[in-house]
Amino acid sequence: MTLYLVRRIGQSVVVIVFVLVVVFGLTRALPGGPARAILGPRATQVAVANFNHAYGLDQPLPVQFADYVGALGRGDLGFSYKRNQSVSTLIGEYLPVTLVLMLVSTVIAVGVAIPLGMVQAVRRNRVEDHLLTGILFVFYSMPVFWLGLILIVVFAGNLGWLPSGGPQGGIGTYAGQLSSLVLPIATLSLVTIALFSRYLRSAMIEALVQDYVRTARAKGASLNRVMLRHVLPNSLFSTITLLGLSIPYIFSGALIVEALFNYPGMGLLFWNAASSRDYPVVLGVTLVVALATVAGNLAADLVYAVVDPRIRYTAE
Amino acid sequence: MSRLRSLFRHQLGGRVGLVIVAFAILFSFAGPLIYHTDQVHTAIDQATLAPSAGHPLGTDEVGYDVLGRLMVGGQTSLEVGIAAALIATTFGVLWGAIAGFFGGLLDALMMRVVDSLVAIPALFLLVVLGTIITPSVPVLVLVVGGIAWLVPARLIRAETLSLRTREFVDAVRVMGGSEARIVLRHILPNAVGTVVVNATFQVADAILTVAALSFLGLGVPPPAANWGSMLSSGVDYTFAGYWWLIYPAGIAIVITVVAFNLIGDALRESLDVRLRV
Repeated sequence: MTLYLVRRIGQSVVVIVFVLVVVFGLTRALPGGPARAILGPRATQVAVANFNHAYGLDQPLPVQFADYVGALGRGDLGFSYKRNQSVSTLIGEYLPVTLVLMLVSTVIAVGVAIPLGMVQAVRRNRVEDHLLTGILFVFYSMPVFWLGLILIVVFAGNLGWLPSGGPQGGIGTYAGQLSSLVLPIATLSLVTIALFSRYLRSAMIEALVQDYVRTARAKGASLNRVMLRHVLPNSLFSTITLLGLSIPYIFSGALIVEALFNYPGMGLLFWNAASSRDYPVVLGVTLVVALATVAGNLAADLVYAVVDPRIRYTAE
Repeated sequence: MSRLRSLFRHQLGGRVGLVIVAFAILFSFAGPLIYHTDQVHTAIDQATLAPSAGHPLGTDEVGYDVLGRLMVGGQTSLEVGIAAALIATTFGVLWGAIAGFFGGLLDALMMRVVDSLVAIPALFLLVVLGTIITPSVPVLVLVVGGIAWLVPARLIRAETLSLRTREFVDAVRVMGGSEARIVLRHILPNAVGTVVVNATFQVADAILTVAALSFLGLGVPPPAANWGSMLSSGVDYTFAGYWWLIYPAGIAIVITVVAFNLIGDALRESLDVRLRV
């Protein structure tokens, strides 16, 4: 167990170093380098040279990388000259808003996808299974922005039940504008349900043919009891792994949802920054999202190792 | 061919998928030979006309015939989807096979590279790249394929890890076969099921990724078109009532992506491939 934990944490550290290298590489791949990105295309050669000298950009790359990592260590993600705020302040403001969207959507998606998977596994290759598979396939195959737009047209336009945009203002005021959270969360949930269901159906079918299920059935346990007491707990294990692996997809989905609903989270911050070529923000958000993904993956694997003794022992 | 037919014999979904894909290819590539429209010059005086005998699906916001545009756009969507999937599969398979076969430190390093790129959500990385390079069709293919190779790399590595300890690999080695020969002639052919299934899903995902990029403003500039860019510019007119700018492109994406997924699922069941490591 300890060995597994140490090895898994070690891997994550290496991954984080690589992520830093990639994002650092992107900052240096900007057209004209960071100086041009910040000073603009009309800055003079002298201004660029001065900027490069002042920020150590005339140093060898390894030194620059060390500076970059050192700054990150102090919580310095750079400065947005376009918005005149530090990137870490901006992210601190926008990240919680995104986390609300992602967490609520994921919880809803798990809550819906697991029962759906159980129904599909029990009734596999029957009408119910085919019908559900068909519907979920359509959700999975729909561009997210179109799905969201259809929800807007129906629920905000035709029925007029809900606002078409996301909540505005500080996160503290969201309790008062719950209705504006419904459509963004519904859109991301639907996409995530479709993503999860494809794996949960096969995970459940696999669980149904295991020896422990047959044994329980042979001892006279009802199908319901077997599903709830044996198949469901075991499927939660694969759900943990699935959650870990799905984090980047959910982040990508949140980016689209936030752009569509004008939902003021990190995805919208990132998208607006990309449109205005505000590179410090773009790269800062990219880095934070990547680190969150690594952390999430690690957390999923550690939780899995703690709850599933089979992993604990075979991994050694 | 007869093997392919037997693969799909008990797979209604797979056969439906094949028919849809065949139709989409025929529609996009052979359609313009029969149905002639000007998809280069705009005609503002002909903009947003409702469907009529002259324009079965109406015209778009700059006067292109929507049915004709659906054909041209379909060419790009299918080409980008298939080309990106091919690049992703080829590169990912080689990467995964090398890592899995040689193992040890090389494997650890190669897989950490994969892990770190997976950690940067694809759309974020694509948007960053989109602010640095101007998208064109070949660039789109390279960039989408260049990010999508991570999944096949992981799948093939896992497959290789289990294949390399089999007896037939030892047998080749005893007979003096080189390591390159073992990987290319013995391990990869045995992993072909996984490769094919994943490639099919890759096409579907690439078509959706291109659509998402168009929505985020990183599509290919006009007069080039793909279903994604048609849909994302069509949704601007949602509340204007121009449904023909939205539904044809949207439905084309959905049924094509569903079709590729159906084929992939049918192949997965026939070839008994696991979807995840």
